Amino acid sequence: MTDLVRIRNLHFKRNDRILFDGIDLEVPRGKITAIMGPSGCGKTTLLRLIGGQLQPDSGTIELDGQRVDHCPKVQLYKIRRELGVLFQSAALFTNITVFDNVAFPLREHTQLPEAMIRSIVFMKLHAVGLRGAAYLFPNELSGGMARRVALARAIALDPKLILYDEPFVGLDPIALGVIVKLIQQLNSALGITSILISHDVYEATRIAHVVYIIANGQIIGQGTPQQLSLDQNPQVIQFMQGLPDGIVPFHYPAQIYLDDLLD
Amino acid sequence: MNKRIIELWVGLFMLVATTALLALALKISGLTGSVFGMHSYQITANFDTIGGLKLRAPITLAGVRVGQVTDIKLDTTQFKAVVTLQINDKNKLPADTSASILTEGLLGANYISLQPGFAENILKDGDSLHETHSALILENLIGQLLFSLKNSGEKK
Amino acid sequence: MLANKLCALGQIGLRFLVHLGRAGLFLSQILLRKPRFLKNTPLCIQQLYFIGVLSLIIIILSALFIGMVVGLQGYHTLNKFGASQQLGQLVALSVVRELGPVVTALLFAGRAGSAITAEIGLMKSTEQLSIMEMMGVDPIERVISPRFWAGFISLPLLTIIFDAVAIWGGYLVGVKWLGVDGGTFWSTMQTSVDFYNDVVNGILKSVVFGFVVIWIAVFQGYATIPTAEGIGRATTRTVVHASLAVLGLDFVLTAIMMGGW
Repeated sequence: MTDLVRIRNLHFKRNDRILFDGIDLEVPRGKITAIMGPSGCGKTTLLRLIGGQLQPDSGTIELDGQRVDHCPKVQLYKIRRELGVLFQSAALFTNITVFDNVAFPLREHTQLPEAMIRSIVFMKLHAVGLRGAAYLFPNELSGGMARRVALARAIALDPKLILYDEPFVGLDPIALGVIVKLIQQLNSALGITSILISHDVYEATRIAHVVYIIANGQIIGQGTPQQLSLDQNPQVIQFMQGLPDGIVPFHYPAQIYLDDLLD
Repeated sequence: MNKRIIELWVGLFMLVATTALLALALKISGLTGSVFGMHSYQITANFDTIGGLKLRAPITLAGVRVGQVTDIKLDTTQFKAVVTLQINDKNKLPADTSASILTEGLLGANYISLQPGFAENILKDGDSLHETHSALILENLIGQLLFSLKNSGEKK
Repeated sequence: MLANKLCALGQIGLRFLVHLGRAGLFLSQILLRKPRFLKNTPLCIQQLYFIGVLSLIIIILSALFIGMVVGLQGYHTLNKFGASQQLGQLVALSVVRELGPVVTALLFAGRAGSAITAEIGLMKSTEQLSIMEMMGVDPIERVISPRFWAGFISLPLLTIIFDAVAIWGGYLVGVKWLGVDGGTFWSTMQTSVDFYNDVVNGILKSVVFGFVVIWIAVFQGYATIPTAEGIGRATTRTVVHASLAVLGLDFVLTAIMMGGW
């Protein structure tokens, strides 16, 4: 099977707002798939659905052939060991050092001796370029560094799939360059399938192999970055080029301007 | 924080708590080995009335504490109060010892005072005392006093 | 108008029930799981340190002051009836039956309870609990449970220490300072304090208090709205709810134990 993740007919509602209205999505193995869309379209929710933290109202989500939706807890936790997640906030454990953060999944899920864990942690930290920061605490790290440590933690168990939730947000150009490079390297050197949630069109289309654009609960565009740049759908054009007014209007619905001024 | 140091402090915490518990048990509530039945023997005594005698009331001999009251029951055939006295092992009492219920001070709590007899054999665990003096009920005393006053008044 | 007010009242009632239900379900999640002693005991010991040992100073100091005040006030009141020799009994019974369990629980709710709520709330708002779950580690087992059991074990221990220190404080004031006879102090105390009815009942109370306080603290932390304002409100709620629960339960337990129910 060439698709690592298969989503079929996904329906999900939150607080009476329809987030996904019958979505079909495939994430090819060994490739970087970007999922983009306007704010609030449910991208992070999709990530949590894939990870099994949320249950869809209907539809199926398969990870490497195994059903993730409505999956019993023990099996779900097993599936998650093959999953690496990078949150936007890095979500490092603030009461322990960088070293212990990266060692956490190793200590929890394996019986490896401490000496081996030490080597693995240093290898992962070296891969993200932070081996020297191993004994700092998370509150001593900058935003970009914290995100890199979180990435080292996400790859600690050599997962099959990594989910990146808005990895480019809030980084300076240098840190941004580092993260982009790391994501590409992890994919090309280790063959890790990557799902990238982002609304940074430039960066995402630069490194992704497949792109999906989700808006109003539907997939409005999918394909390679080349294909999408040629897509004639006005919604896709507005999103890809960042046009301020189009299908998504500039003005929030209101009464006639003149009426507001004269009242 | 070093794991060793944490475990050390927790261990110390437990130790302090245990010591405090022991202090509470022994010094503050006066729990002694005798409560567990060690180093003591039990005898019973029947009284017509026990007044305000309570459990754990002291038992004295010549004013020295030799034990405590551990049980008070009612004998439903003879309608007398059966009091169980727990006496320390080192205090051996002659078999014809008598027990009286006295009051501490004028309005204080009741306690049992033992008067030793002259018998040769000593009381063992499970024996009972033959001679007892019940508690003095204050109202009866006052009633008797009034009655005798009235009588002596009349005689005059 | 009236209908609106009634609806609002009904909604408050319903929200309370829902809240209670969530708290109950949460508790069952903590209690009904296979205990993995090998993995979780070191975590529990670590929490015992943060919750129990670090509360020792405030408990001991408070116990000392409370014991001294009871000794002082008790002496002056008893003196009026010429019964100052009963001071030992007064101090011991007040502390062991009521002051020990209740004051320790209140202090615990304020110090350890609020700290736990804040810590768990913060972990929730920084998504640490969420990512732990995504990594395949159950946050309830790893974060919540150790704190729960540590709190449950600590409070009775702290209460015992409080009792001992407070009585000693009363001794300091009564015997060393105010001149009550030392022997009488301890002997009246020993004759009037029954280990099972007074001391053990007091400890039993503290076990119940410990259960309730730590349950409230842990639940409020877990159920916070993950904002700065939300965590602040949750911490306040822990202290208020836990304190009220302790005082209410104290009355119920005392009534049951004294047989007047």
